[in-house]
Amino acid sequence: MHRRLKRIHEQYNDLLSVSLAGLQLRNPTMLASGFLGISQDVFNRLYRMGAGGIVSKSISIEPIEGYRNPTVFSLEESSYINAVGLANPGAEAFSREIASNRNVPIIVSLVGSSDNEFPSMIKKFDGLNILGYEINLSCPHVAKMGMEVGDDPEMVCAIIKKIKSNTHKPIIIKVGIGSVDVVKIAQVAKDAGADAITAINTIRAMAIDIETMMPILNNRIGGLSGKSIKPVGVRSVYEISKNLGIPVIGCGGIFTWEDAVEFMLAGASAVQLGSVIGYKGLSAFTTITKGIKKYLERKGLKSAMEIVGLAHKY
Amino acid sequence: MPTNIDRIRSIVIEQIIEETPTVKTFVFKDEISSKAKPGQFLMVWIPRVEELPMSVMVSDKKGYAAITIRKHGFGSTALFNKRLGDLLGVRGPYGNQFKIDKESKKALLVGGGTGLVPLMRLTITLNQLNIDTTVIIGAKSKEEMFFEKQANDFLDKTKHNVIISTEDGTYGVRGYATDVMSIIVNKDKFDTVYTCGPELMMKKVVDIGLANSLSIQASLERYMKCGVGICASCCIGDQLVCKDGTVFNEKQLSTMIDFGRMYRDKSGRKVNFHM
Repeated sequence: MHRRLKRIHEQYNDLLSVSLAGLQLRNPTMLASGFLGISQDVFNRLYRMGAGGIVSKSISIEPIEGYRNPTVFSLEESSYINAVGLANPGAEAFSREIASNRNVPIIVSLVGSSDNEFPSMIKKFDGLNILGYEINLSCPHVAKMGMEVGDDPEMVCAIIKKIKSNTHKPIIIKVGIGSVDVVKIAQVAKDAGADAITAINTIRAMAIDIETMMPILNNRIGGLSGKSIKPVGVRSVYEISKNLGIPVIGCGGIFTWEDAVEFMLAGASAVQLGSVIGYKGLSAFTTITKGIKKYLERKGLKSAMEIVGLAHKY
Repeated sequence: MPTNIDRIRSIVIEQIIEETPTVKTFVFKDEISSKAKPGQFLMVWIPRVEELPMSVMVSDKKGYAAITIRKHGFGSTALFNKRLGDLLGVRGPYGNQFKIDKESKKALLVGGGTGLVPLMRLTITLNQLNIDTTVIIGAKSKEEMFFEKQANDFLDKTKHNVIISTEDGTYGVRGYATDVMSIIVNKDKFDTVYTCGPELMMKKVVDIGLANSLSIQASLERYMKCGVGICASCCIGDQLVCKDGTVFNEKQLSTMIDFGRMYRDKSGRKVNFHM
């Protein structure tokens, strides 16, 4: 880790700080990939607002414009369906965007359709002030990327091996609910050398407007996030963490500190927030972190790490 | 009817007003939109085509609102071509609103194109508060000028002055709205300038306003995907236009390095405004 970053994180070495796969975070809350993830200025603001870590939007080798709107809309149940289409500025522009990063714990999310696309992206980011990489193998709504790669164990293995041979930074694999069981893909990722798993991504979903009788999303099908998917997230984290013993970052409908604690009990060393930001704003990071702190104090614990995976014995 | 403003609500185009050959106003019934604050916007769904952020125009009918469309790109042209009785979807209104200082005595509004929409909603409030109001409407030509009558009608109960400027001089004063602004800020003592329109025009308005120590409220426009503060497509610096804006004050505007210079395209890359 960059010396300067390391110093900053040491300052937070208290009740709330967590470590996983060589990463040290001042608290367990991270920004989930896909949300607000393109601007260094916004990253700085998120860090000031209390985020323990920040995962960028998934970056591809070339810029992607994504689908036409509507790309995201809200459901009644504090959930979203989105098909943004992996819109991102591309590795070159994004590496320039974060080149000036000083103290924000950024994890760059990468996406690609074959193992050959990753080395040149890693080359652009490896010298920058970042903590590591999250590899998106689970976006459910773009052909030949994300889940279509994540559902192919051989490709998952090839990508991870290629990345590992090109960087010493930790790599986290983001998995989701595809046609191959999420635990099986996590196993493949672990065997190929992944340092941690993020579970879960959005789940393929759809909504139709009954007045116009038309699908709402321009892409028709998108990914469901928010409260609706939380129990699936908790189950995935529990099974992956308990069966594989690899560090896991929980993601999926975390809206409150209670949700965060539940994910940690299931085995998550850190949690990612996304949809909650649309409903409660950026203050969600502070609210949830404060809630976790109070919970740990009430339970008489010395470190957030003590609750990670506590539910595994049952 | 759902009360959650985030859910898409079906609306029917009940009236179409042709403002100019390239600008139309669609009137529709929607209680929630009718109560939008000046500066707020709707995400307007054109089924199977696009979804666009649009300021909420005033309708004189209770429980009704409107949108004013300029035929421009793919989505706005599809919207412009919609007919009476066609269905659209709306969600919102989103964003903050113009703040009116209760001490304000004399307001200046500078607008161009469909940027006049939030200013029209604002004139209704200024009229109610009996604040002396000058409106400068900028247009390319007489043919492309609109909302002069509305501005005068909405300000009927307060002292007001509506000035038109056209770039080709076919109507009103020849020149840009900002040329008129430069002249009148030296003659009259305005306390606040409210602006909405093309960003390069607003940049000029802000520069003139700052040079004359005026309070400034500018409603900004950016490409948006979500409208609810999660995609960051609309960010300027660390500010999200959809959630922290659309209205920013002189303090915020003077620290926005990219204001009047750059915006982000659909991929999130920064692009220069054409000068």
